[in-house]
Amino acid sequence: MATHLIVVEHQSGKLNKASLSAFAAAAKVGGDLHALVLGQGVGEIAKAVAPYAKKVHVGEHAGVKDRLAQPYAKCITDVANAIGATHVWAAASNAGKDLMPRVAARMDAAMASDVSAVVDEKTFKRPMWAGNVIGTVELTTAKKVITVRPTEFTAPAAGAAGEVASVSVDPGASKMSFVKFDAVVSDRPLLQDARVIVAAGRGVKGPEGIKTVLEPLADTLSAAIGASRAVCDAGWAPNDWQIGQTGKVVAPELYFAVGLSGAIQHVAGMKGSKCIVAINKDPEAPIFQVADYGLVGDLFKVIPELTEAIKKAKG
Amino acid sequence: MKFLVTVKRVTDYEAKVKLKADKSGVETAGVNMIVNPFDEIAVEEALRQKDKTGGGEVVVCSIGSADATAQIRSALAMGADRGILVKHDGAIDPFHVARVLQKVVEKEKPDVVLMGKQAIDDDSGQAAQILAELLGWGQATSANTVTLEGGKATVVREADGGLETVACELPCVITADLRLNEPRYASLPGIMKAKKKPLDELTPDALGVKVENRVVVKGFEEPAQKKAGQKVADVAALVDKLKNEAKAL
Ligand SMILES: Cc1cc2nc3c(=O)[nH]c(=O)nc-3n(C[C@H](O)[C@H](O)[C@H](O)COP(=O)(O)OP(=O)(O)OC[C@H]3O[C@@H](n4cnc5c(N)ncnc54)[C@H](O)[C@@H]3O)c2cc1C
Repeated sequence: MATHLIVVEHQSGKLNKASLSAFAAAAKVGGDLHALVLGQGVGEIAKAVAPYAKKVHVGEHAGVKDRLAQPYAKCITDVANAIGATHVWAAASNAGKDLMPRVAARMDAAMASDVSAVVDEKTFKRPMWAGNVIGTVELTTAKKVITVRPTEFTAPAAGAAGEVASVSVDPGASKMSFVKFDAVVSDRPLLQDARVIVAAGRGVKGPEGIKTVLEPLADTLSAAIGASRAVCDAGWAPNDWQIGQTGKVVAPELYFAVGLSGAIQHVAGMKGSKCIVAINKDPEAPIFQVADYGLVGDLFKVIPELTEAIKKAKG
Repeated sequence: MKFLVTVKRVTDYEAKVKLKADKSGVETAGVNMIVNPFDEIAVEEALRQKDKTGGGEVVVCSIGSADATAQIRSALAMGADRGILVKHDGAIDPFHVARVLQKVVEKEKPDVVLMGKQAIDDDSGQAAQILAELLGWGQATSANTVTLEGGKATVVREADGGLETVACELPCVITADLRLNEPRYASLPGIMKAKKKPLDELTPDALGVKVENRVVVKGFEEPAQKKAGQKVADVAALVDKLKNEAKAL
């Protein structure tokens, strides 16, 4: 029977909810679910995931206070081996992408990245070529490492709280050190968690366009704001806002693509959205091919009107 | 300083991706092939860092069929000094890519290995981190800014929720993100010179690596198609649809 270890991610004292998708994916294989929380002062995080696991292992050590791939890979591997894990899972977040291949190497396990479906205990589906192709991959090693595309797995239902126990970890010698983290501060919901996303394309013409035109719409809908690569590259928005093949993958209930052409690299990160609205002045823009509702027009005119109309409609 | 940079031959990001008729893979016949865009950024970074740190050597390595020579030559035309083709026909998984690179690193002894953060074809994003672990080196993925100074690499990484700075002792492995730099275009003299630059050919076998893939692609399929949407005439119609049809407001 499979024994799973799910690596739980957290940031600034908060659970990254994307981790829950890894529990959901592991549950599809079946077997015992263990979780691992590394860090310092992470008792609350452990409690938060206890309802999804049989046992939560808490590894606290000064050497894992900051998430660094080298010491983390060692600690995760040690715990995985100690519990006889057959599968080690994490969300395909930036941190998961950084860390898990290293865990795979250390465990001598094959790895499947960013999987969108679980076929059986060794077979997984995953998007390739910016999501234009879905590949079915088989991992032939006894131990397996998998990162999970969070938008493809709904968070599991909470069960009875599992046991929480501390585990001693030894980060070992490391050739890397943490310097600092400059967080993007925002009062808005996180892109990954938002019910509604308003995404800015180059058509917004500058940071002013985001501020004066998109923000009021986002405020009205309590939405997160995202962006195309072009917008991030231009420095009009933080890099963290980039949605796409090489940015974040999101799937909100409602997605507004504003002044955004809809290049496949962008679409790869948002086509799973429930309802897509495109506003673009070019009727031929490829974004209209993926949009549920398209409106051809000048965003500087359309978006303020839309904001007012939505305010009214919501009463 | 000495840099080892990896370049993968991939389908052009502007080309339409289509499965072969028998669904055995992605159609490459008649499709333009390029250097993986992230690898191109890695090459550019190595060239700039070589200048900044007072010279050295930039060696580019590709693992692939003989056709990948073209991608190595592109990197040489940008200004890299020397190329290595590790000739391998057919599929090779990230673990074996890393094993081959480990052997190349042991031969070449670079101070920094620079790679793309992912290849835009299989989108795995594993090889660099596996390599770092096999070598016991530090790693910095998704690099936005790299500073090589005082025997270490200080790297600003594009992380979730902000920018993270880490320091790695040299030698280390760094992967390039999109905003690390803007790669130069090869000049005509650069292209001419590239033709004469040394390009060695090796094989995984010769490096002592047996390729027995542990990630095996069993098949490909097209993603589910979204049903066609509709254009609406004006803002009032849009709000009506969102409210009453999609029930998304
Ligand atoms: C390796 C690689 C990785 C990439 N990864 C990503 C990624 O992860 N995410 C991503 O987004 N991109 C990515 N890209 C870039 C992608 O190919 C496109 O270049 C980018 O998405 C274009 O951004 P855009 O739609 O904002 O800009 P453009 O393509 O320039 O589109 C601007 C749009 O705005 C419209 N417009 C202009 N003015 C107005 C107006 N007043 N009112 C209404 N509409 C207006 C125009 O009609 C046009 O359609 C990647 C590219 C490469 C090579």
